[in-house]
Amino acid sequence: MNIHEYQAKAVLRQYGVAVPDGEVAFSVDEAVAVAKRFDGKAVVKAQIHAGGRGKAGGVKLARSVEEAKTHASELLGKVLVTHQTGAEGKLVKRLLIEALTDIKKEYYIGLVLDRSIGRVVMMASAEGGMEIEEVAAKTPEKIFREAIDPAVGLQGFQARKLAYAIGIPDALVNKAVKFMVGLYQVFVDKDCSIAEINPLVVTGDGNVMALDAKLNFDDNALFRHKDILELRDLDEEDPREVEASKYELSYIALSGNIGCMVNGAGLAMATMDTIKFYGGEPANFLDVGGGASEEKVTEAFKIILADEGVKGILVNIFGGIMKCDVIASGVVAAARQVGLERPLVVRLEGTNVDLGKKILGESGLNIVSADSLAEAAQKIIQLVG
Amino acid sequence: MSILVNANTRVITQGITGATGLFHTKQAIAYGTKMVGGTTPGKGGTTIEGLPVFNTVEQAVKETGANASVIYVPPAFAADAIMEAADAGIELIICITEGIPVFDMVNVKRYLENTSSRLIGPNCPGVITPDECKIGIMPGYIHKRGHVGVISRSGTLTYEAVHQLTQLGIGQSTAVGIGGDPVNGTNFVDVLTMFNQDPETEAVIMIGEIGGSAEEDAANYVKEHMQKPVAGFIAGRSAPPGKRMGHAGAIISGGKGTAAEKVAAMEAAGIRVADTPSEMGSTLYKVLEERNLLDKCKN
Repeated sequence: MNIHEYQAKAVLRQYGVAVPDGEVAFSVDEAVAVAKRFDGKAVVKAQIHAGGRGKAGGVKLARSVEEAKTHASELLGKVLVTHQTGAEGKLVKRLLIEALTDIKKEYYIGLVLDRSIGRVVMMASAEGGMEIEEVAAKTPEKIFREAIDPAVGLQGFQARKLAYAIGIPDALVNKAVKFMVGLYQVFVDKDCSIAEINPLVVTGDGNVMALDAKLNFDDNALFRHKDILELRDLDEEDPREVEASKYELSYIALSGNIGCMVNGAGLAMATMDTIKFYGGEPANFLDVGGGASEEKVTEAFKIILADEGVKGILVNIFGGIMKCDVIASGVVAAARQVGLERPLVVRLEGTNVDLGKKILGESGLNIVSADSLAEAAQKIIQLVG
Repeated sequence: MSILVNANTRVITQGITGATGLFHTKQAIAYGTKMVGGTTPGKGGTTIEGLPVFNTVEQAVKETGANASVIYVPPAFAADAIMEAADAGIELIICITEGIPVFDMVNVKRYLENTSSRLIGPNCPGVITPDECKIGIMPGYIHKRGHVGVISRSGTLTYEAVHQLTQLGIGQSTAVGIGGDPVNGTNFVDVLTMFNQDPETEAVIMIGEIGGSAEEDAANYVKEHMQKPVAGFIAGRSAPPGKRMGHAGAIISGGKGTAAEKVAAMEAAGIRVADTPSEMGSTLYKVLEERNLLDKCKN
């Protein structure tokens, strides 16, 4: 799960990690009120769940309250297109109004999981403000890394090594260390999947603080973080994906015309791959999961059919935990409920496959059956034309 | 021979009284797996399906001599269950549970460093040596005893591969699901190493997916050390970047972990990669034919 910059900074503040003074504003009036606190010397930052806001014109400096007001009215309600939003962009509904920071130098600090060693790694670089992927690709020697032993956490010496390596001024190393240790604590306590401070800045008055902050959270751990769950902004998510998540369905909207319902993430991806291989375009990724009930399958079916772009559906089930008869009953129930006007190809294999096929066959519905995934993909592509 | 599990493996189920644990314990018994008991805290002293239930894994090991455990407990308690099994000296821990917080697994991995236990999974279908021992949620009847090793990050794609092989008359030595999470107990290289040393295994099929670099590491191992032919498949060629494709570990991030990179690394290591999942079996079949291994592997 993703949250807004102002929310991330509030979480950091709870842990004593330095961030600039600032507040969120949902209207121009609110923005003006905050800017007044800073005598108008403020930064007005569009709050959307995407990076690249600065380059896209979503971050503006003000020297007076009047100027802050102008920026706020321009940004609120604007559709911001950054390299991460896609061409359709994102509507700005919230602003962060922050006190202007006297920046001496910018750095990068990030925490991610290193999958190859199964540990969290802190990365630091003097190339602040740049995309870390770009730095990693062009000048990997400029990124310093410390793998963290979960039994003891980030140690002071590790943070010092990073601070010296990226050239934090000697007098501020202790502040940088405190910052890094605090950031790691946030990462662990809140089950983050990514924590990125880009840039981390050293200020004219001798502080080390997060000028920007990005925190992503491990969806699997949200059950133990009710406070973080409250920060979810449904406006930033695809409504179909939101609907699917209510039923614990793993759904991702794509742009094609063949709706897919599959059990298992690997098989769901492979089903999309196969559709594409034979010249079709999948409309979605949808994994109904291991322990799906008839109700869950029905909801999955409805979500697929709600997409107007879907011209046909491919159901591909290989039963392990998932029994084919449950899927079959769900498909039949859903088709009856919502009406089946678009072509449907079903391929079943695995536990209770015969029973599943029998249920489909006796349903009286117009369901095309297929024995292999390749056959199923070719049939549905033909049917959608 | 086979790897990891065989007819002598003595298995307990952690979470045996839960619906999922019980269902799959029954299936395992029906398949012929040597199930010796199970655990559910608070239900110790009872029996279920003729098996003794214990409060702790330690008691279960002491009373039954179990050397393998399969875990079906809910995600919030799964890390604890894995560590309990390791503490009790279980040699092989297979965790089926999906949805365990990543940081829990970071801690588990660290904990296991000081034990001699091997963890398979989590978020995996389990391990099966056909006709001998089935531990996990895979449908047993699609398997056939034979000489091809199967390794996969995906559950249902493993079934797909096994099913195709069986239909072509190609049996399996052992099929191992290593799971779709970013932090797991056993990786491709670990299992490839075991298959390389197993006299019964003549060839291997490995099924990967987008995210991470485990397939690239496996390709390196194959290039340097593998003495047996390997075929493969990578799921997610059509997956958009930055989107988590169901599995916690299946995500292309920062342009890394794409299917194209993995396929290229595997092909450079001499692994024959199938274009579509429907061709996993036939791709391996062709490789066996070319290496004159078909007589040995087909029955």
